[in-house]
Amino acid sequence: MQIEIDQISKEFGATAALHPVSLSIPSGALVALLGPSGSGKTTLLRILGGLEFPTAGRVLFDATDATNLTVQDRRAGFVFQSYALFRHMTVFENIAYGLRARPSAQRPAKAEIARRVTKLLELIQLPDIGARYPSQLSGGQRQRVALARALAIEPRMLLLDEPFGALDARVRKELRAGLREIHDTTGLTTVFVTHDQDEAMELADLVVVMSMGRIEQIGRPQDIRARPATAFVKEFLAV
Amino acid sequence: MSDTPTTLKSKTPQAHRPVTTESPGFRVALIAAVIIFLALLLFAPLVAVFAEALSKGAIEAIKSLANPEATSAIKLTLIVAAVAVPLNAVFGIAAAWFITKYDFRGKALLITLIDLPFSVSPVVAGLCLVLTFGANTAIGGWMVAQAYPIVFALPSIILASMFVTFPFVARELIPVMIEQGRAEEEAALTLGASGWRIFFTVTLPNIRWALLYGVLLCNARAMGEFGAVAVVSGKIRGQTATMPITIEMLYNEYLSVAAFSLAAVLALLALLTLTLKTLLEWRFADQLAAAHRP
Repeated sequence: MQIEIDQISKEFGATAALHPVSLSIPSGALVALLGPSGSGKTTLLRILGGLEFPTAGRVLFDATDATNLTVQDRRAGFVFQSYALFRHMTVFENIAYGLRARPSAQRPAKAEIARRVTKLLELIQLPDIGARYPSQLSGGQRQRVALARALAIEPRMLLLDEPFGALDARVRKELRAGLREIHDTTGLTTVFVTHDQDEAMELADLVVVMSMGRIEQIGRPQDIRARPATAFVKEFLAV
Repeated sequence: MSDTPTTLKSKTPQAHRPVTTESPGFRVALIAAVIIFLALLLFAPLVAVFAEALSKGAIEAIKSLANPEATSAIKLTLIVAAVAVPLNAVFGIAAAWFITKYDFRGKALLITLIDLPFSVSPVVAGLCLVLTFGANTAIGGWMVAQAYPIVFALPSIILASMFVTFPFVARELIPVMIEQGRAEEEAALTLGASGWRIFFTVTLPNIRWALLYGVLLCNARAMGEFGAVAVVSGKIRGQTATMPITIEMLYNEYLSVAAFSLAAVLALLALLTLTLKTLLEWRFADQLAAAHRP
């Protein structure tokens, strides 16, 4: 799905989290929103997911206005920073949640739900953990379960907020490859937020560098590296 | 100056004791103090109540409980708790939800208001109810004309009990819900769940233990409330006298077996709530552990 962000701004009270920003995300791209904390990248992601509404501007999905679409109707698979797994549910129940929450006319049958959950568990290469609770999983496993849960609703896009933030370096590398693989198999338009430039440069097709609620530069990783557009980008990449 | 090793002689190192642990003597003293305190303030009075109730034998005690005055008091107290506790559970959840899931101005004021019943004397609360709903007020007068008086009748007893016990559920829930944040609810939203579905499948399971504590405390207090009820009930024997009120009246009339038997029943109800709580904790220990934030 193609995503068009048209002059989106967001204010929290008197503070502007986003100055009008525009961004066009081609269908099937893997995009990184890169920037330091407070740059507005998470706010932008949450606006895409329908968890925040912009003060002004429009969001278009496949050229249809989606600005006022409710979060439930957006069908955006969202992976939260600390994963936000339902701690009182097993992994199976977590992944099945979105399917069970559908109105009864669209809800798959029990066996179909079980089949899909099993398939997703295989996709994230954790076929045997369905009966466990989130507290019994490692950080990396939790992240993959959160990803499977988001994929279960057959989302139109995948949004990830610092998906590797809480993990140690080795697991992080492994899961990066995992996300790339899942993106390539599903072909979903994917946007992830990160403050880690290596992560953004290595994983994304398109990197959006943000600072202070503004987009500093949009480009392919190698282009941004080769030709930083602003002093901020140059300095941020130098660290 | 010559600092010989002997002048640097330090205390014998206590390698086996963690730095945060007190000396054994101090520990024993502390534990003993707590046990003595509990024995004097909790166990001794509790034993005394039961001893007094049974001082003329179990038959006398049971006979005094079969007295219509006592049965009516027990019935009234159970009715009041049965109405006040569920209502306060609902209001408490609503208040906690509102406070923890939304940002708005005057939040601190609202939290203070919820605490108000804790800081206001129950007698004052009762008087306020009489002044608001009494027979010579607009609402109260109208209700009396409809033959449903509020004050000196069941409604005011329920209102007084609700006022006094209002904070229990909300106070238990607010810290838990703040700690849990909104992330799980947001996750459920992105998965397409409706508000009610999220409440029943995500929020409620996450707060159920805190809710249970709150409800049990609320229940214990609702059954035991004296001051506010004493003012609004009018203490009509066999009609508006709850268990605590009846106990006081019996005691003032030197009917100590009757008074203490009823008191023992009230204490038993409280012990029952505690036992229930402990049993549930024990039965669902694994779920409790799993529910904690990893």
